[in-house]
Amino acid sequence: MTPKIFKRSDGRKNDEMRQISAKVGVVESADGSAMWQQGDTIAVAVVRGPRKMHPQHQQDPTTGKLRCTYSMASFSVTERIRPGMSRRATEISKIIEWALSPVLMLENFPNMVVDVYVTITQADAGTRCAGINAAALALAHAGIPMRNIVSSVALGKLDKTIVVDLTKDEEDYKEGEGSTDIPITITPKGEITHIQLDGKITGEELKQAIELAKKASKEIYEIQKKALKEIGGEK
Amino acid sequence: MTERKIVIPGEVIVKGDDFLPGEGTARTDDGVVAMKFGLGEEVNKLVKVIPLSGVYQPRRGNVIIGEVEMVTHNGWIIKVSDSDSGFLSLTEVPKYVDKNEMEEIMDVGDVVVAKISGVNRRGVDLTIKLRGLGKIDEGVIMEANSNKVPRVIGREGSMIKLIKDETGCNITVGQNGLIWVKGDSIEQEIFAKEAIKFVTEKSFVSWLTEEIERWFKEKKGDKR
Repeated sequence: MTPKIFKRSDGRKNDEMRQISAKVGVVESADGSAMWQQGDTIAVAVVRGPRKMHPQHQQDPTTGKLRCTYSMASFSVTERIRPGMSRRATEISKIIEWALSPVLMLENFPNMVVDVYVTITQADAGTRCAGINAAALALAHAGIPMRNIVSSVALGKLDKTIVVDLTKDEEDYKEGEGSTDIPITITPKGEITHIQLDGKITGEELKQAIELAKKASKEIYEIQKKALKEIGGEK
Repeated sequence: MTERKIVIPGEVIVKGDDFLPGEGTARTDDGVVAMKFGLGEEVNKLVKVIPLSGVYQPRRGNVIIGEVEMVTHNGWIIKVSDSDSGFLSLTEVPKYVDKNEMEEIMDVGDVVVAKISGVNRRGVDLTIKLRGLGKIDEGVIMEANSNKVPRVIGREGSMIKLIKDETGCNITVGQNGLIWVKGDSIEQEIFAKEAIKFVTEKSFVSWLTEEIERWFKEKKGDKR
């Protein structure tokens, strides 16, 4: 039997991401904000702070803290989802916090908190990655000291093929070994701040996936850079 | 003037070891790297980043304009920014204050020009013991982004002096972004407000002082 050549449902190449657009400064009242669109997934991140941490018992006199809130708009998917925090939203909030905090330098903001609100207005898989990308831009826009910007990308394995940036259709892929979802967040220097894995994969394949993620994150970084540089001239 | 360019966190501003990392930057193996989003600048081997956005960070010596939020038994709490409040102690007021009638001096809602005498872990300490500081009784207050304040003041105060001379208003710029305009008539105050608005909206233009001079000429031409 000759090996069947794998073809993605939307005709993209295996290492090709969806169309990306980014805009910084979308929310006037915020200290920093950004929108990140990747295919049919749209994330809006809003940053407020640094400001005094409330509730007060969570204040840390040695360092500032990062607090993320991820939520999906009730209209972001075809079937209405209940607004408010769910188990999934709480978990992803924490994930975003962990993905971003290694690059932030909040030591000079004792007792303060930086709030990041990520809202998914339209969802088609890869929402946490879009959220992290938007949040990274919004944090930079808010003038928070950062060591670097982080870029996030979702890798996937459909049957035996490693592909980048899954859509919802691809995430539900059932043939062969099914689909594996691997969101990864990387700095431009190649330091991984966050990696998750949901599905089955061999060590060798994972290495391959990480290499692909590094390549894709470079493209994302360039888009982030461009989005930030654009507003400098405008404001 | 040296060339300024927009830098993003993690971006190398200058390569090599001959430069000194200033505010918003750090030295790494690659050279001096930006730690903040803003305008990267290099003057006399000192590299720094001028922020373009973000919240106001109180610093000692800054003159700010703020509203009284609360009157306590030994002083006033004054709003410095959305995230910070400052404390103006009774002893920092240059006249006799009756402790039972502190509202007579300054009440909640009054606006004060104050100087930051210190920033510590507990908060911001304020004083009004110097000339030009104290409660505001007349004129108008306008809000601007605190990051635009340096542009409104201009190099060595050139911009603010120009606006003052052209409009005949007295203007006090708080580092926290609040601006107090006091003129002889409301028309003058509105004119000065317009001029400041023009500056904040065009804050990225390189030859802003020349630009605003032209703007004044046009405006004055209209009036005749």
